Amino acid sequence: MRLELIIKILTENWHMFLRGAGMTLYISVIGTIFGFIIGLIVGIIRTIPIPERGFKKGFLKVINWLLSAYIEFFRGTPMMVQAMVIYYGSAEALGINMDKYAAAIFIVSINTGAYMAEIVRGGIISIDKGQFEAAHAMGMNHFQTMIYVVMPQVIRNILPATGNEFVINIKDTSVLNVISVSELFFTTKSIAGNSFIFYPPFFIACVLYFVMTFTVTRILRFIEKKIDGPENFILAGNQMQVAKPEDMLKRSN
Amino acid sequence: MDNIIEIQHLSKTFGSNEVLKDIDFSVKKGEVVCIIGSSGSGKSTLLRCINLLEKPSGGQIIYKGENILDEKHDIYAYRTKLGMVFQQFNLFNNYNVLGNCIVGQMKVLKRTREEAINVAMKYLKVVGMDQYINAKPKQLSGGQKQRVAIARALSMEPDVMLFDEPTSALDPEMVGEVLKVMKELAELGLTMLIVTHEMGFARDVADRVVFMDQGVIVEEGPPEQVLVNPVQERTREFLRRTLNEL
Ligand SMILES: Nc1ncnc2c1ncn2[C@@H]1O[C@H](COP(=O)(O)OP(=O)(O)O)[C@@H](O)[C@H]1O
Ligand SMILES: [Mg+2]
Repeated sequence: MRLELIIKILTENWHMFLRGAGMTLYISVIGTIFGFIIGLIVGIIRTIPIPERGFKKGFLKVINWLLSAYIEFFRGTPMMVQAMVIYYGSAEALGINMDKYAAAIFIVSINTGAYMAEIVRGGIISIDKGQFEAAHAMGMNHFQTMIYVVMPQVIRNILPATGNEFVINIKDTSVLNVISVSELFFTTKSIAGNSFIFYPPFFIACVLYFVMTFTVTRILRFIEKKIDGPENFILAGNQMQVAKPEDMLKRSN
Repeated sequence: MDNIIEIQHLSKTFGSNEVLKDIDFSVKKGEVVCIIGSSGSGKSTLLRCINLLEKPSGGQIIYKGENILDEKHDIYAYRTKLGMVFQQFNLFNNYNVLGNCIVGQMKVLKRTREEAINVAMKYLKVVGMDQYINAKPKQLSGGQKQRVAIARALSMEPDVMLFDEPTSALDPEMVGEVLKVMKELAELGLTMLIVTHEMGFARDVADRVVFMDQGVIVEEGPPEQVLVNPVQERTREFLRRTLNEL
């Protein structure tokens, strides 16, 4: 490996690499957050219990059909192709000139949303029925049950899957170079094109992608730990007293 | 008439399976009623119909003179009047012990946080779990979880407590601590409806014992009758089988 070449490319172009990486991170952070919110909303709607009859039943059925069409469509087509269709399509067919960064965030969000919706739905149906029943038995309605009991558990449980989506987004924003979004891959390509040197810039991009994904994974793991709280709890009330042996036993179980 | 709950001609079918058949049954204020019967006889379904976790297929449930199966009756308000304790505890995993006991008070009964904590602490003391307010459910033993579940239900200050086999999921050495708490509640005059397999407990605590078999109430009466000198042959048969297992 020609180390001095890599160093030369880096010293000459570091600000461009940094800006590209920044753009990649920016689009994937915002896209993941929006996608997460879309996924929560869609997933929650798709798990509303359908009443046996009445207007609400028909209404929910139509909504559910539309939402599953959305999910199937965006999961079933490549993001690169969606980017072309949405960005150029809105300009050529509808005469709307989308800002390409807005388009980029839109495409990543809507894509992530389609995946997250299924992750959220899976998370909701995997919550023990007893949690719903206990909430209902104390007088909570479906909405309160979801907000106060079910969703906090679902969100905790889907954090690893969300991290996965985040990592995928960091890597897959590279396909947005087809609509000339100056993310890391696009930037690297121009650096390579200008200098006629290929593998060193891409090697640098590779390292940068890895640093970003690895950092994100670590941060999410930290958040998971934070949510889980301490491994042990503290007995309340009798700080002055020495803990009784049976309490210590109970605590260690 | 001081019936809190009165059930008339209650029936429940799952598909073609008739699980409850024309049940007539009532609970008076301050009464402790134990329901016994073999597995699959419909005990849980009866309890779950009473708080509408299952929708009855027919009949009436009268709560303080009002038919709660009436379309316009507020089932959420009604459910706050019934405390439910499940076999599997069903503590909310996302809250610690205190959180479990205040979330319903705050979000359903709209009590302030301070008020809710006061009430919760009162009942956590009753069940002997007031030192454990910071613990998450998964950090507790089965008996401790069930005692917290009882405190959680009590914190809503219901008129009636429903228990569905509260000790059946517990290791034998933890059954006692939960039964002890329930016995204390009975002595406090709480109205309780308890599905149980603990015959000794039923004899000590119940004002009335109800024996169910295949979706019907076969026999009911004071514990000395139903558990010691049953009138019905099916009750005798059940007791023979149960006592042999011990
Ligand atoms: N959700 C359900 N769907 C279909 N059948 C059910 C359901 N719940 C209970 N059953 C049936 O109803 C009968 C009574 O059940 P259950 O009330 O749980 O009995 P017990 O609590 O006395 O053991 C059983 O035959 C059981 O299989
Ligand atoms: Mg049962």
